[in-house]
Amino acid sequence: MAVAAPFAAVAFTLIVAALFVAWAGAPVGRTYALIFEGGFGSRFAWSETLTRATPLILTGLAAAIAFRAHLYNIGAEGQLYAGALAAVAVGGLHGGTGIELPPAVLFPAMLAAAALAGAVLMALPAIAKTRFGVDEVVTTLLLNFVVLLVVSMMLDGPMKDPAAMGWPQSVALHDDLQLSKLVERTRVHTGLLIALALAGLAWGVLRLTTFGFEVRAVGANARAARFAGVPVTRTILSVALASGAVAGLAGAIEVAGRTGYVTLDMSPGYGYTGIVIAMLAGLNPLGVVAAAVFVAGVLVGADSMSRAVAVPTYVADVIVAVALLSMLVATVAARYRLRLR
Amino acid sequence: MVDALVAMLANADFWAAVLRIATPLVLGTLGVLLCERAGVLNLGIEGIMVAGAFTGWLAVHAGASLWAGVLVAAATGAAFGLLHGVLTVPLALSQHVAGLGITMFASSVAYFAYRVSFPNVSTPPTIQPFAEMRWLELPVLAAQTPLTLLALVLVPVVAWVLNRTPLGLAVRMVGENPAAAEGQGLSVTAVRIGAIVAGSALMGVAGAFLTLSAFNAFFFNMVNGRGWICVALVVFASWRPGKALAGALLFAFFDAMQLRLQQADVGGMPYQAWLMLPYVLSIVALVAVARRASYPQALMKPYRKGER
Amino acid sequence: MSERVLQLAGITKRFGALVANDGISLELSRGEILALLGENGAGKSTLVSILFGHYVADAGSIEAFGAALPPGDPAAALAAGVGMVHQHSTLADNLSVLDNVMLGTEPLWRPASRRREGRARLLATAHRFGLAVDPDARVAKLSVGERQRVEILKALYRDARVLILDEPTAVLTPQESEALFATLRGMVAEGLSVIFISHKLDEVLRVSDRIAVLRAGRLVATKAARDTTKSELAEVMVGRAIPPPVAKPHSRGEAVCVIDRVSMLGERASARLDGVSLSLHAGEIAAVAGVSGNGQAALVELLCGLREADEGCVTLGGAPMPADPSAWIAAGTARIPEDRRDTGTIGDLPVWENAIAEHYRKPFASAGVVRRGAARSFARGLVDRYDVRGGGIDTPARVLSGGNMQKLILGRALSGGAARPENFVPTLIVASQPTWGLDAGAVAWVHQQLLDACARGAAVLLVSEDLDEILALADRIAVIHAGRLTPARPAKSWTLPELGLAMAGEGTRDAA
Repeated sequence: MAVAAPFAAVAFTLIVAALFVAWAGAPVGRTYALIFEGGFGSRFAWSETLTRATPLILTGLAAAIAFRAHLYNIGAEGQLYAGALAAVAVGGLHGGTGIELPPAVLFPAMLAAAALAGAVLMALPAIAKTRFGVDEVVTTLLLNFVVLLVVSMMLDGPMKDPAAMGWPQSVALHDDLQLSKLVERTRVHTGLLIALALAGLAWGVLRLTTFGFEVRAVGANARAARFAGVPVTRTILSVALASGAVAGLAGAIEVAGRTGYVTLDMSPGYGYTGIVIAMLAGLNPLGVVAAAVFVAGVLVGADSMSRAVAVPTYVADVIVAVALLSMLVATVAARYRLRLR
Repeated sequence: MVDALVAMLANADFWAAVLRIATPLVLGTLGVLLCERAGVLNLGIEGIMVAGAFTGWLAVHAGASLWAGVLVAAATGAAFGLLHGVLTVPLALSQHVAGLGITMFASSVAYFAYRVSFPNVSTPPTIQPFAEMRWLELPVLAAQTPLTLLALVLVPVVAWVLNRTPLGLAVRMVGENPAAAEGQGLSVTAVRIGAIVAGSALMGVAGAFLTLSAFNAFFFNMVNGRGWICVALVVFASWRPGKALAGALLFAFFDAMQLRLQQADVGGMPYQAWLMLPYVLSIVALVAVARRASYPQALMKPYRKGER
Repeated sequence: MSERVLQLAGITKRFGALVANDGISLELSRGEILALLGENGAGKSTLVSILFGHYVADAGSIEAFGAALPPGDPAAALAAGVGMVHQHSTLADNLSVLDNVMLGTEPLWRPASRRREGRARLLATAHRFGLAVDPDARVAKLSVGERQRVEILKALYRDARVLILDEPTAVLTPQESEALFATLRGMVAEGLSVIFISHKLDEVLRVSDRIAVLRAGRLVATKAARDTTKSELAEVMVGRAIPPPVAKPHSRGEAVCVIDRVSMLGERASARLDGVSLSLHAGEIAAVAGVSGNGQAALVELLCGLREADEGCVTLGGAPMPADPSAWIAAGTARIPEDRRDTGTIGDLPVWENAIAEHYRKPFASAGVVRRGAARSFARGLVDRYDVRGGGIDTPARVLSGGNMQKLILGRALSGGAARPENFVPTLIVASQPTWGLDAGAVAWVHQQLLDACARGAAVLLVSEDLDEILALADRIAVIHAGRLTPARPAKSWTLPELGLAMAGEGTRDAA
């Protein structure tokens, strides 16, 4: 029954979205066919979808890990940007040291810096939560705005690309730090493998380790977990660091795999979409991969669809939002029936 | 620099700006406050403000009067509030996630509808917004529109309703101890949903202030985190309407100040640093009051009838 | 004695497979006190919840004063003159007494609350029934007895003519119970009727006119109080012979756990301790009696490693103990918390993970990875040994019944995660309200476990609000009131009135 929940939710979502398509005056069947074709209908479509899914898997994981411990990290968007900025600071500016390091050193350093930036950014709200009882939802949300302004400041100042002719973009990452393509003549890059590996790792840790037990126990009932001897505060802080780090990595991998530099619009809300993906996946790291591919396909498909029929691309956002709400309802319904049994 | 500051504070225009910036915050904060006093967090505010801004403006653009636009915005807010209420009260979903879902849903629907209604415009169409109340002949207030007056009047009204009427007592009770409310013959579901609907209507009006008073058109990202700031302000205000007004004014004071300082280019600070100020201030305010905040006892606790 | 005020006919209610009420028919006359007697889980609370409209019955009908009562509508019950005092407080702590009483008594859309009239009416009602209250006091500041008075006034303020009280004496001292009974008699003398729920035989016999006995959801007997006896009632209530727990011989050993002048600060009275000293000895059951909310929670949290003492210290086996649950567990403390659902178990995790929750690092993990096989077979053994029913080791703990949940918690605590649980003896057992809400069979079982562990050399601290339980088990008794603890004296040296006075905070030292 719990397995059927995502499918029921997706079916309901498609029905609701059909109303919006009809409202826009477009033929529903053809619009859906175009979205599907654009997202999954060809080799090119798949390559675009997987490219888009790569950061979404990571932000989805960031949300899923944190939500498992009932830590509502809504700041993945900001952490992603912080990671991207840190990646360029190390991989494009050598941290301002001017020391040229071999890529074999610089590449892991770049990823580490990005993870660290994301982790630190999430540590602040987590500490505020555990020390002062400040709700992390609002603080992480507000931090997203702060980070975006920091990025803007950096792109105007120290990290500005002088060759970009006033366009707000950062200096580029060194060529030898760019992730290689997974498939020739597409944009799919090896970042996808990193994302998949992290999803597997997260699944294993949550299911098999004592830390995974601590996370699930704290998320399910922090009071009882503490009673049983689980270090609740330490667990929440560790989860915050892990979640922020994964979101930060998403930024570095986007820069290294796709854009090559930081811009203010490099993420069309990957951080927020990650939350939907995590919920669709029932907070299961492996489910995150499937949900991310699905959502990426819808987003990519909607882009190509709107070039053919007069339906705004925002229909993809409507689909994602309705999917989230109906998934929530479906989960509750499944759980309720389980209780009645 | 001190001189510049004094000159700024002596200028009535500055205070008019403070009040103008505070208006949507006052309306939004009152909206969040109503929901939370009834025990339900409403993170849908950000999206509800977008939707209210859009529908209110659209109604006026289609020929309705300005006040009709405000009503349409309120009704839009109420509709999304009803959805949030159903999701969080009888279905008892996570109030955090449901609220975020409402925000995503409401804003994406608004953007979608805007694009459907105006597929091929390069500059946003405009309307004739509310006029300033020059007839009032009071220094700062005359530079405001009637919506600001409405927001100011609503503060004591909401306070009165909450503290002095049987309805307000019911709202407070379902936020403190829903079992007690049910034991006294009240429907927790109805009172909670009612409070969320009313609060969300105010959020819709808060959004409409942006398109019908502060500006004259609908822009993408025009709400820009104001909703989240309202959520922070409610904690800062200890869930009291009077303090919510004070908090919104204080906040608007700093916001207006940063605008002036930004224009004056004081100290060569990048303008982004000034823009950050409101968000940073909200976080600081949250951390500062969190310790002694006395939350409504049943906030974020779903109530299931008959559960022991 | 003839006017019929309430009539219940054929009330049936199922929760899933459980039949909580099975065709129950009852009536209540004007000026009568009817006791609903039954074990925990017999269906008493369900029945009155249906009567009051919290639940909707699957079958059956209710008439109040000759008119049918619509199902599932507390407002209708209130309007018909039925008032209810719930088992758990239904008062909002942050509001005043008057707010709590007036809630829902006025038309909601009235532009201003008529508080002056309300206050006058409340004071008049309070005066009439001899229930003194301060209308402007914040409920959080009231004692348990005062809160109950407010609960009763809530109903009387609305002109209730039938008052239902669900286990009203559970939280009272014997003297406070006596005062409550006097109030109830005063009420019936004025023509009101009362339904009084209890599982205590003595008080049922003393206060009521008629006694209806429920067992496993059925009405098994209705008797006039003057025509029956305690033993007869006990027999119909339990319906089967439950051998009383047997205390094996045990002798007091060394002091294992010493609490030395511990004070704990807190906003609420229940969270405060004030210079408490107590030593717990191997092979002895020491009990702390008291009315709920007098510091028991703080004491238990101290001994479970959840909170630190602000002053004084606590040692276990001679070593000072930190506020860290895992340190207490490692030192061999078996902890049975008061709240099974919220503290004792992690409802969404399966039984097997709950079974090892106190020992997930040692011995059920190596190098940070949970040894799943070992953990699951341990859990399986525990479920067998302690007879935890209601699902296998993979069911989420939340679906277990209260009794089975308690078995799981007791099993976990008493096994200490040991490979051979039968050889493990906890150093200290901290049991807080271990039988709350359990039926007679489960109560006897829990008591037997505590007695056995004690006989094998564990030091036992029993914290309970149930004096019968304490008198049945304890070797020594101390009474807690307002965060202060009397010296622990041998159980036999206490008289019941003495205990009651101590629970009410009136010093026993002068009397002794």
